[in-house]
Amino acid sequence: MLPAPFEYHAPRSVDEALDLLDQFGDEGKVLAGGQSLIPLLKLRFASPGHLVDINTIKDLDFIEERDGTLRIGPLFRHKAAERSSLLASRYHVMADAAPQIADPIIRNRGTIAGSVAHADPSGDWGTVLLAMDADLILRSKKGTRTVKARDFFSGPFSTALEPTEILSEIRIPAAKPMTGGSYLKLERKVGDFATVAVAVHLVMDDGKVGSAGIGLTAVGPQNLKAEKAEASLKGARLDDAAIKQAAALAAEAADPKADHRGSVEYKRNVVRVFTERGLKRAYERARGGG
Amino acid sequence: MAVETPLKGNIGDSIKRKEDDRFIRGKGNYLDDVVLPGMLHMAINRSPFAHAKIKSINTDAAQAVPGVVAVVTGELLAQHKLAWMPTLSGDTQAVLATDKVRFQGQEVACVIATDPYVARDAAGLIEVDYEVLKAVVTPQQALKSGAPLIRDEKEGQTNNHIYHWEAGDKAKTDEAFAKADKVVKLDTFYPRCHPSPLETCGIVADVNPATGHATLWMTSQAPHAHRTLFAIVAGLPEQNIRIISPDIGGGFGNKVPIYPGYVVATAASLLIGKPVKWVEDRSENLISTGFARDYYMSGELALRNDGRMLGLRVKMLSDNGAFYADAQPTKFRAGLFHIVTGSYDLPAAHVVTDGAYTNKAPGGVAYRCSFRVTEASYLIERLVESAALEMNMDPTEIRLKNFIQPEQFPYMSATGFEYDSGNYPRAMQLALDKLGYKELRKEQAEKRKKGELMGIGVASFTEVVGAGPGKHYDIAGLRMFDSAELRVHPTGKAILKLGVKSQGQGHETTFAQIVTEELGIPAADIEVQEGDTDNTPYGLGTYASRSTPVGGAATAMVSRKLRDKAKKIAAHLLEASEADIEFDHGKFFVRGSPSKSKTIQDVAFAAYTNLPDGLEAGLEGVTYYDPPNMTFPFGTYLVVVDIDRGTGQVKVRRMVAVDDCGVRINPMVVEGQIHGGLTEGFGIAFMELITFDEEGNCLGSNFTDYLLPTSWETPKFEMGETVTPSPHHPIGAKGVGESATVGSPAAFVNAVIDAVGHLGIRNIDMPVTSDKVWAALNEKGAAE
Ligand SMILES: Cc1cc2nc3c(=O)[nH]c(=O)nc-3n(C[C@H](O)[C@H](O)[C@H](O)COP(=O)(O)OP(=O)(O)OC[C@H]3O[C@@H](n4cnc5c(N)ncnc54)[C@H](O)[C@@H]3O)c2cc1C
Repeated sequence: MLPAPFEYHAPRSVDEALDLLDQFGDEGKVLAGGQSLIPLLKLRFASPGHLVDINTIKDLDFIEERDGTLRIGPLFRHKAAERSSLLASRYHVMADAAPQIADPIIRNRGTIAGSVAHADPSGDWGTVLLAMDADLILRSKKGTRTVKARDFFSGPFSTALEPTEILSEIRIPAAKPMTGGSYLKLERKVGDFATVAVAVHLVMDDGKVGSAGIGLTAVGPQNLKAEKAEASLKGARLDDAAIKQAAALAAEAADPKADHRGSVEYKRNVVRVFTERGLKRAYERARGGG
Repeated sequence: MAVETPLKGNIGDSIKRKEDDRFIRGKGNYLDDVVLPGMLHMAINRSPFAHAKIKSINTDAAQAVPGVVAVVTGELLAQHKLAWMPTLSGDTQAVLATDKVRFQGQEVACVIATDPYVARDAAGLIEVDYEVLKAVVTPQQALKSGAPLIRDEKEGQTNNHIYHWEAGDKAKTDEAFAKADKVVKLDTFYPRCHPSPLETCGIVADVNPATGHATLWMTSQAPHAHRTLFAIVAGLPEQNIRIISPDIGGGFGNKVPIYPGYVVATAASLLIGKPVKWVEDRSENLISTGFARDYYMSGELALRNDGRMLGLRVKMLSDNGAFYADAQPTKFRAGLFHIVTGSYDLPAAHVVTDGAYTNKAPGGVAYRCSFRVTEASYLIERLVESAALEMNMDPTEIRLKNFIQPEQFPYMSATGFEYDSGNYPRAMQLALDKLGYKELRKEQAEKRKKGELMGIGVASFTEVVGAGPGKHYDIAGLRMFDSAELRVHPTGKAILKLGVKSQGQGHETTFAQIVTEELGIPAADIEVQEGDTDNTPYGLGTYASRSTPVGGAATAMVSRKLRDKAKKIAAHLLEASEADIEFDHGKFFVRGSPSKSKTIQDVAFAAYTNLPDGLEAGLEGVTYYDPPNMTFPFGTYLVVVDIDRGTGQVKVRRMVAVDDCGVRINPMVVEGQIHGGLTEGFGIAFMELITFDEEGNCLGSNFTDYLLPTSWETPKFEMGETVTPSPHHPIGAKGVGESATVGSPAAFVNAVIDAVGHLGIRNIDMPVTSDKVWAALNEKGAAE
């Protein structure tokens, strides 16, 4: 790999990292797992003057449930998510998504936070966080702010994140009993980005839908939240008719482009099919099955 | 308890690969490992456009970068008559563009610098002023009247047509069609794909300004032929050129052509007087080096009502890119595509082929295939699938009915090949038994009632590999023989030197095993050397599954030559007459008294120490083998798929592959070759595609767009073998490197068509992606 020249920094603390980012402004870039940034450097699509490597900072690799919130640190890697028994038992949508990210080698290094910060419309984690109604904690030298996942993405590879900020934590409402989820992804091979993927995060309440989160991958300029479909399910019994209706609304919410992966019609159809299948699977899991 | 004796390495022994020790330990020596004192690095500036006039090139900014030693343009090369070079198909190709660029990624200028980063930085600073021209991206567009003329620099070239070539008998074929009860037609496209070896192409060129000696480390599948071509192109005396092809990380045909980067690096080393290294990156490899396929094919089969085939008509139009640089024997403009009658006893066939220039990368190589046999095999196997559907016959039944029968060999095909040997029904039967074909057909019928889509695909391919014979087959005039030199040392150890060149096929093991079989020297005691032209006998190289058929035959023959001499020495040692000496696996003895014997090691020592009068010292020899015929490996592949009606996804449930490549030297190595080939066939069938937009931009320029299968998605392969030796090969072997890539794509696609054929779907072009399957189902109202 022959990137353009850059300077490399290895801060020992978040404060030090924030100082560096503050100093470099647009010329600085956080290096987390490097699985998106390094390819960009290699292809010379990006040539930042400074890389601020956060891998040298202690205690950024964590996942914990505390005070009704699931908290994820910036160095929590895809592979750790794949192996987490906490996620497997209670956060099915995340547990489903993790092993479908990229390939095993990339999962060893790539991080959830990095993926969200990168904001590839074909990336998977943003969709998952949209379905789960996550909060993103953004920290800079000037202070800390919280942005809802649904307000975070603003287009392909663009987010609310300032160049001087670090995504320092992801916060997700802790799973209640009767929660079920699923992540269905259509890919052309292992290691491929999604052609279409659908995240479902379902909380049942007394036999009815308490809340339903539905996220869509690769069918719009950014990860999408199918809000109409979500709303149609709130308080409903999850019968075939409700599922079909929500799936149709999700398909409508999709705004895909035709490319060598398929036509608009095709991608919409996969959104519909996956929303149906995903809701069924999530429902089963919420009831303790699958 | 029986003690297991280690295998000696006779034919049929699955000994471990000798070369793997160094590869597994990271001790291989690949091109990029070659580092010379004072070595400079080259980077290439490439055209961003598919078709554009070059108005001017400004290299000032690049020249000014500290560390830049030289910037080479086409103009500079033209002063040395090196701006153009001949191709392997008798055309010319630009080394660096002077007048215009003709494909995206074409080489325009090169920077030579003290380190690779600087070279890359400076290459980006070369300013080229282009006037963009309309691009031609399909051969159909290319042949329309009024299409932009791509090769306007070629004298007498007034359109984009390259060649017209025919095989077979038109009149006889027309007659067959006139008699037919039914004619089945299939139009299909074998899309452009790329061999994509893991190691890309490169060179370290070291021309010594004092002696004029050029030492070129090159990723070459054919070092000797390349040396001769270098001598001719560059005008260097051939004895001063040494090409060393080090360990190669995969070739698959991609390393057969000579690329502009090799020529510029050599010229630069000559002009600057220092070694120059050039190693292309992944995107450069994908967009500019030898692609494969890109054949538009149309086949018609004339049949009798009972399913008997009467005749075959084929029309083919090839997209050869901007320069006709296919690597193939001179006489054959579309390679050996006329093997298209396949495994069937077709009384008449007529094949018409045409080629066209387009604004795409040149260099149609046979990606793991013997000169366009893959395309041919695909067409006939897909066409037979169509015929089975149209005739309402089981796809195995129609094949069994039309196979060339075992007793018909040697069989003269309607397009002029003499098939050496085969037993097609036996291979098919074994495959069907392994799969449990009948049960699966029942399951399919049940599923179909429930609206579920399941398919069983069949392909019974026949290949033609192992070129020569030299009187018919040549590369750029060089006859396709091959060579082996064997030197048995006094202590009974040996060095075998070959004109072919392994790229991962395991030559260091299998060729040693041939010597083991013929002379009895354990394989562990035989060092196999290849790739260094100063140090190995002349040969045409490794591609088209020719190493075992030709180089392997040469190895057997040279071993026998030495055995004959060894017999004389043994007779002397045993004090017997030569006529009474018998040989069995490394032991010479007097007929009738096997207890009194001399080993090959005894004899080898005597060859240097104790010779009979009148016999030359030494036990060394060299053989150049020109095969009397090609060999014809074959097999039957079966694939079972399930299709998701909601997404169009195809899941390969099972794959059974029965191969007959004649005698298997090292069965484990053979199986490895088949595994690799099946994986590539799977990739081609379902995901690999180099495609272009209307402006000629390549849309498959990296591995996120050009998809290669990995162990994760590749199905499990269930393998079987039959052995029908080649009657003309010294050890009966046929070559197996490519069978699986040739035979399997049709099996995969046929499985999909078998699942949806009842809906009236007859074709889905490769790669068979889920969106195409869903669209086909949707059109028939059968999608979820
Ligand atoms: C071949 C391949 C296949 C892939 N397939 C998939 C896939 O199927 N699905 C998928 O979702 N992803 C996929 N990816 C991307 C992968 O998931 C990356 O790991 C992820 O997108 C980025 O995470 P990272 O930790 O590697 O970030 P990096 O590459 O280090 O950084 C990416 C960007 O985010 C910024 N950044 C990173 N961390 C932070 C932070 N804490 N605060 C602020 N900014 C930050 C960086 O500055 C940079 O701009 C694939 C990547 C490759 C190379």
